[in-house]
Amino acid sequence: MLAFRSSTARLLSAGPLLTAFVACLLLVGCGNADSTNIADSMNTLVGHSDLTKNILDIYGTIFWIDTFLFILVQGVLIYAVLKFRARGDEKTLPEQVHGNLQMELGWTIAPVFILMLIAIPTVSFIFESQAPAGKDAIVVNATGKQWWFKFGYPGYGFETANELHVPAGRQVDLRLQSDNVIHAFWAPQLTAKRDMMPGRVNHITFTADRAGTYLGQCAEYCQDSHALMKFRVVVDSLEDFEKWAAHQKEGVPEAEAKSAGFEAFQGATCVACHAISGTSAQAAIGPNLTHVGSRTHIAAGVLENNEANLRAWLKNPDAVKPGSKMPNLNLSDEQITTLVSYLQSLK
Amino acid sequence: MANPAHAAPGEHAPHAGHGAPSQSWLMSWVMTSDHKRIGILYGLSALFFFVLGGIEALVIRTQLAAPGQHIVDAATYNALFTMHGTTMIFLGVMPMSASFFNYLIPLQIGARDVIFPRLNAFSFWLFLIGAIVLNVPFILTPFVDMRVIPDGGWFGYATLTEKAYTPGASIDFWICGLQILGVASMAAGFNFIVTIFNLRAPGMTLLRMPVFTWMTMVVQFLVVLSFPCITIALVLLMFDRLFGTHFYLPEGGGDPLLWQHLFWLFGHPEVYILILPAMGIVSEVLPTFARKPLFGAPFVIFSGITIGLLGFGVWSHHMFTTGLGAAADASFSVTTMLIAIPTGVKIFNWLATIWGGQIRLTTANLFALGFVCMFTMGGLSGVMHASPPVDLQQQDSYFVVAHFHYVLFGGAVFGLLSGIYYWFPKMNGGFLSESLGRWIFGILFVGFNTTFFPMHIVGAAGMPRRIFTYDAGLGWEIPNLIETVGAFTIAVGVLLFIIDLLRSIGRTDGKAGPNPWDASSLEWITESPPKVHNFDITPTVYSDRPVWEKNHGPGPGYALAAVDEHIHIPPPSLRPLMLAMGVGMFFISWLTAGQFFMFGAGMSIVALGAILYSSFSWFLEPGH
Repeated sequence: MLAFRSSTARLLSAGPLLTAFVACLLLVGCGNADSTNIADSMNTLVGHSDLTKNILDIYGTIFWIDTFLFILVQGVLIYAVLKFRARGDEKTLPEQVHGNLQMELGWTIAPVFILMLIAIPTVSFIFESQAPAGKDAIVVNATGKQWWFKFGYPGYGFETANELHVPAGRQVDLRLQSDNVIHAFWAPQLTAKRDMMPGRVNHITFTADRAGTYLGQCAEYCQDSHALMKFRVVVDSLEDFEKWAAHQKEGVPEAEAKSAGFEAFQGATCVACHAISGTSAQAAIGPNLTHVGSRTHIAAGVLENNEANLRAWLKNPDAVKPGSKMPNLNLSDEQITTLVSYLQSLK
Repeated sequence: MANPAHAAPGEHAPHAGHGAPSQSWLMSWVMTSDHKRIGILYGLSALFFFVLGGIEALVIRTQLAAPGQHIVDAATYNALFTMHGTTMIFLGVMPMSASFFNYLIPLQIGARDVIFPRLNAFSFWLFLIGAIVLNVPFILTPFVDMRVIPDGGWFGYATLTEKAYTPGASIDFWICGLQILGVASMAAGFNFIVTIFNLRAPGMTLLRMPVFTWMTMVVQFLVVLSFPCITIALVLLMFDRLFGTHFYLPEGGGDPLLWQHLFWLFGHPEVYILILPAMGIVSEVLPTFARKPLFGAPFVIFSGITIGLLGFGVWSHHMFTTGLGAAADASFSVTTMLIAIPTGVKIFNWLATIWGGQIRLTTANLFALGFVCMFTMGGLSGVMHASPPVDLQQQDSYFVVAHFHYVLFGGAVFGLLSGIYYWFPKMNGGFLSESLGRWIFGILFVGFNTTFFPMHIVGAAGMPRRIFTYDAGLGWEIPNLIETVGAFTIAVGVLLFIIDLLRSIGRTDGKAGPNPWDASSLEWITESPPKVHNFDITPTVYSDRPVWEKNHGPGPGYALAAVDEHIHIPPPSLRPLMLAMGVGMFFISWLTAGQFFMFGAGMSIVALGAILYSSFSWFLEPGH
């Protein structure tokens, strides 16, 4: 980001349009470069993984080349219009120039060299970034659903939803897939974007550089609640990550599996779609709820995970997420109270 | 400006004319095969749908003016952006370009009409039927119990558009409308290719053709080569939806990527179908108002051809995020970057054209200069996502929305507006208001940049496209509010333009004369508006700037032989409209088959009968 800042002064003299252009990008680019505020984590001009930092380098190269060409073309255009504007008292026609071969060759060939400045780092990074992940990479199966994300950790043997945990400093091999429509996985500062295509597996390999919580969102139009299909990536230290993973792997204790809360869960037919490991609930249609109480948000990053929101969600899912695949079960207030406290207890 | 074409009119009456006294005013338009009238019909329809697409955009912008608004619900919002894109591309910019092709090509090449005038009328009526099919769901919605307004995005990605995920009739309307529009475009495409190759005035070699005619020809080749791709893609999708095939469904061995390849193999050339006509217009307007020839005209022409050819080799740059593999990403990245070269050649030649000229800042020229300015911006942001790694951040974000609006609004629409101001006096005999025109340009220029520049920022800040709502606190609020203010500014500009247009259509004072701008191509020797048969005597052309050279030297420019020619103009006919209705009904029968299979199948047989009847009676009708 320093590069953006130090060059600004020189460019300020290049005209108001350009000033506005650069100023706007600076607003985005430098606003909170070093902030750990989660609200800034959709900003693509900050990178917190090897992948996104490399992308920013290429973006920076193209940005400055573009800026140069923008000034050149607009400068010539504005200068020509001002200088050659008809005054209305011309006695003769302007010289009837039909063309100039040298100039044509010049502006055909020169762009080739400029484009090579972009093409070479681009092509080499394409191959570098799409190389297979290392053997010790942490594998996560990420599946796009309408409208939430399922995260499976085959190396650890558990599943979770909408909150992806990865360790800092370790390579992650995200295996993106879908069994319905096309979605796109986009955590701007960590993973950039790849589609979750039905019938195939796409990879994103990245190494996050520091702990923190990052926002992400589906980026491929997937119908009604596309706008409400969000997720969070929690980057932990390796130690915290292992602790978290070990806890996720545990099912609920046997006693709890027979509790009144679980009875209500069963009675309300939640078991038809959701799994809670350690219990008889093993369906895989909706998100796995084994540790739903420990997630910060519900309904794919849309609502904070608290009592009021859980109640609203169970009362009428469609009001929270248009088109929601979770039906309105017409639960009584009593049922909802039991269910909410049960779900909150699943830490 | 002495003009022999007008010195000796009269004795050359066409043997069959339009608007014979027995015809009513309305029927004379319905039955017309005059390319100029068809051009006007295309233009007015395009303007209507442009306004409709604009209203859809205003609702979208109102919804997004602030975070968390619910002016429309999610499903309606999704239908609105689908119809906004589909409308602007297929019913706004394409027919507006077609309006220019129709009105100008015969005039520019010294012909009396296109080679198949009735096929031309057929194209227009079929276009109108397709446009109605796409928009009729807006009226149907309150009366039916399912979703009918197309809502799969203008790109209609499978598997979302499959019956399993979009069960209503919305996608069926979309498929049907696009198939009909495709037939209309193909028919027009062949018509203009044959016209340009066969009906040029004596002496008009290919390199003496006006650059607008050249770009039209390139566009028609793109149309006839790219539309079959989407036709096939849509037929396969229709089969999936109607008959349970699974071309795009992986559980049956299909692949949703197939749709994307077929769609973008059409969709990318389509981008050039939208922009090349505007480039042709600008290549006419800039030289005229600089009083110089187009700098490096052969290079401008060949770069247009190169853009058209390369346009077929870059489609997968719309698919960098789909995981095609490193080799494919790298190849399509490089071919995409290559397109920057011929595009740059055009821009540099335009700059060299105005350099050293006597630039008159008429409204037409302001829009042309605005085109160069804004199109450059769109081209440069395009270079950014030509790089797949960068595209992995920009794809499907508002950054891309900004990019293609700079190309298609700042580019194509500004170019078309320039063309309207430039050729309106030819079509009408009087001018559009120049003083108001400058205001309109100013309002649109400011409104356009206010709307679309902040989209770069909000896109870089991570706002995805096609979301009906967003949360506060992500830094997206202020740019979105500014964009909405800009959108309504554009609406004011468009409203002023339409008021002036309607006011001026009635003002056919003839003040314009044949050649108001001292321009160079053949349309400027005809009267304003031209006679039904355009030219009393077909000119013989000696230069690529015939009219300019006639007036200013050094060469003779063109000459009119003093021979009495036989002028053949086909009589008006209802057959093109009838055939269009038959073809339209055939496609509509498959639309209805989506819900009522037997009814649709029966209707398709009736439609085939109507097609047979109208085409045979067309062939047997005397005088064409």
